[in-house]
Amino acid sequence: MLRDITLGQYYQTESKLHELDPRTKLVGTFVYLISLFVFTNAYVYIFAASFLLLCVLISHIPPTYMIKGMKPIIFLLVFTMVLNMLVTPGEVILTLWKLTITKEGVKQALYMGARLTLLVMGSNMMTLTTTPTRLTNGLERLMAPLKLIKVPVHEIAMMMSIALRFIPILMDETDRIMKAQLARGADFESGNLIKKAKSLVPVLVPLFISAFRRANDLAMAMEARCYHGGKGRTQMKPLKYRPRDFVAYLILILYLAGIILIGRYL
Amino acid sequence: MAGDKKKIKLIADHISFEYDKSGANRHKALDDVSFVVNEGEFVGLIGHTGSGKSTLMQQLNALLKPDKGTIYYDGLDIYEKGYDRKELRRRVGLVFQYPEHQLFEDTVFNEVCFGPKNFGMDKKQSELSAYAAIKKVGLPDECFYHSPFDLSGGQKRRVAIASVLAVKPEILIMDEPTAGLDPKGREELMEMILSLKESEGLSIVLVSHSMEDVAKLADRIVVMDKGHIVYDDEPKKVFAHYKELEEMGLAAPEMMYVMQELKAAGFNVRTDVTDIEEAKEEILRIVT
Amino acid sequence: MGIVDINKVTYEYIRRDEEGNVEGITTAVNGVTLSVKAGEFIAILGHNGSGKSTLAKHINALLVPEEGTVFVDGMDTKDDEKTLSIRQTAGMVFQNPDNQIIGQVVEEDVGFGPENMGVPTKEIWERVEESLRTVGMYEYRKKSPNKLSGGQKQRVSIASVIAMHPKCIVLDEPTAMLDPKGRREVIRAARALNDVENITIILITHYMEEAIYADRIFVMEEGSVVMQGSPESIFSQVERLKSYRLDVPEVTELAWELKKAGVPIKFPILTRKELTEELIRLGRR
Repeated sequence: MLRDITLGQYYQTESKLHELDPRTKLVGTFVYLISLFVFTNAYVYIFAASFLLLCVLISHIPPTYMIKGMKPIIFLLVFTMVLNMLVTPGEVILTLWKLTITKEGVKQALYMGARLTLLVMGSNMMTLTTTPTRLTNGLERLMAPLKLIKVPVHEIAMMMSIALRFIPILMDETDRIMKAQLARGADFESGNLIKKAKSLVPVLVPLFISAFRRANDLAMAMEARCYHGGKGRTQMKPLKYRPRDFVAYLILILYLAGIILIGRYL
Repeated sequence: MAGDKKKIKLIADHISFEYDKSGANRHKALDDVSFVVNEGEFVGLIGHTGSGKSTLMQQLNALLKPDKGTIYYDGLDIYEKGYDRKELRRRVGLVFQYPEHQLFEDTVFNEVCFGPKNFGMDKKQSELSAYAAIKKVGLPDECFYHSPFDLSGGQKRRVAIASVLAVKPEILIMDEPTAGLDPKGREELMEMILSLKESEGLSIVLVSHSMEDVAKLADRIVVMDKGHIVYDDEPKKVFAHYKELEEMGLAAPEMMYVMQELKAAGFNVRTDVTDIEEAKEEILRIVT
Repeated sequence: MGIVDINKVTYEYIRRDEEGNVEGITTAVNGVTLSVKAGEFIAILGHNGSGKSTLAKHINALLVPEEGTVFVDGMDTKDDEKTLSIRQTAGMVFQNPDNQIIGQVVEEDVGFGPENMGVPTKEIWERVEESLRTVGMYEYRKKSPNKLSGGQKQRVSIASVIAMHPKCIVLDEPTAMLDPKGRREVIRAARALNDVENITIILITHYMEEAIYADRIFVMEEGSVVMQGSPESIFSQVERLKSYRLDVPEVTELAWELKKAGVPIKFPILTRKELTEELIRLGRR
């Protein structure tokens, strides 16, 4: 059920990828995502997919685990693909009732599917190999220049990290509340959309109340431990680039060069 | 057990269950567990956190489906095609830990009506049943139309218990109903649970960490450890294994230790004593 | 002057209805005066809603008294400039183990306090290691808090406070949500801090067995301190404690029953060891 969502969860194991500086991984993921949008070309996707596969192998994360992470977006994926298949004009290859499928449509759908899959898996790769704390640390550092224009970078990073810490707890809580209401005869499955939405009230109300209570408790716990914003704060794990990060950047540049070459000349 | 003709309500037949079967947190929560609940019986279920007792609890009213084995209720396999599992959830009422965290309605009365309505009782039946349930858990009349959120912790918990009682279950399973309450609150709630047992003829499964409570109330104690049932017997017989219980992170009632120590010091006392009343009698025998 | 000096403190919660009109006032703490000496182990008992948690929050400057004063190590909690030093001097552990762990990994959580205090990186690591060792959680330092048991989580929370090098720790019902094993772990950790590190402990609880090792006990009822004294003097008043919705440890209750039945037993008795020794002395074999 809800536990299956791996999006944004850290997978604990040891690997070269886990050890990288989060900034490297953030920049890397960013570049990777961009690379998926620059060219629409089968070879580019094959190259990008192989690169991702290489990362998966280095990361020591079981490939089945990666695939499971796709579950939550399967609906979106299929929907996008079908839509693309149906609305793209071109050479008709199949007509079903009022719907026509074109050759271009199929191609477009495959491209979209590949792009979305790589997009999600690519960003999963980052969250699976980086603890949320390091991730937010990395973001905070990368966005530091924005402080000059009064963007509350530290606060944003802190909020993100807290949100990530509480996601699994709230997931469990949702599961528990749903079961408690099921035990009282609640029915989340049958009926039309409106009835289904209504049936969620007994879950959402307790969930919100609990989230507020937790937020309140947490705020107090943070205050009690002298939290007073980013000012005068030191870091337990300050970020420092190491030789392996430079190697990673080098590989990233090679990857980018590869994409451009393939995109241009194949 | 042997000899008496209690009617069996529920049988868990060799059930096994694993969490997160393909993921990183895979673990076996139940391993070939079998046990029964008889009509009108009070069963104490003990085991430390993570021993599988919460998982077992959820198996009994089909919130979790066993990987292997099955559950029989009134002689019928609940996983047989066409079995009404929603009706099963009515018959096997489940009160989770901290049940006050499931409250959501605007008044106590509506909260308690939620269950009966879901199980298809009409308005009048629901209200009558809710009224009776609120009375049974000992909540005062004036709080019927209060918001459940304005009540004290102990009262909220009673509302949550009433909301399960209102659907007229035949077995009531409660997970640590006294957790977090103060001493008087704990005592009052245990008294209420005992009165339920006596007045309703309802079977009760009580999951608890308090050996004293379980010893006082249960007809039978089931001890779980690492996904297995280790003991399933009368309280006194189970507590005789106090050394093994300790190895599982559990303990026997305090009074039993006192008697054990007296016995070790050479006094001729019974050691199967679980409450203060019994202990007092035994000790009075040796000091006067 | 003690490490914590509470002088005639009153605190009221104002209840409002949906439109924001005042519905009523609840006096959570009502004219409490109490003083804790450095190195003491104090237990505060009281049923749910007796005001003990509200009082606890005053010691950490999370709440500031409306009337009266609270001094922590000589610092007035009303003085905004002292707030951070007060919170560092008197650390706090709360009831719900899930809602007070901020870090994603055990060691990061323990480092959170020192980070906020501006401790240099190298020293943060030393403090984290030392604190985790003190509570016996060092081997779990790389684990996610979500994978720990309740008792372990609370020990991490204690370590997180120790890392700030406080003189005093307030534990606000740290065991209320734990199983008996977890409760023992937490109480053992708190007692060790008091014995070994000489840190002042203020333990708020409604488990009577946890209070028997305290140097002094305060009992609260409706916002006021109604009893105070040594565990022996408090637990000898069985009926009075029960009238405050509290209880006495099982062995104390047994001794009380025996005494009522005319047995010339020493009273009160707080531990099983004391009880059996006394019975062995009295009994006929």
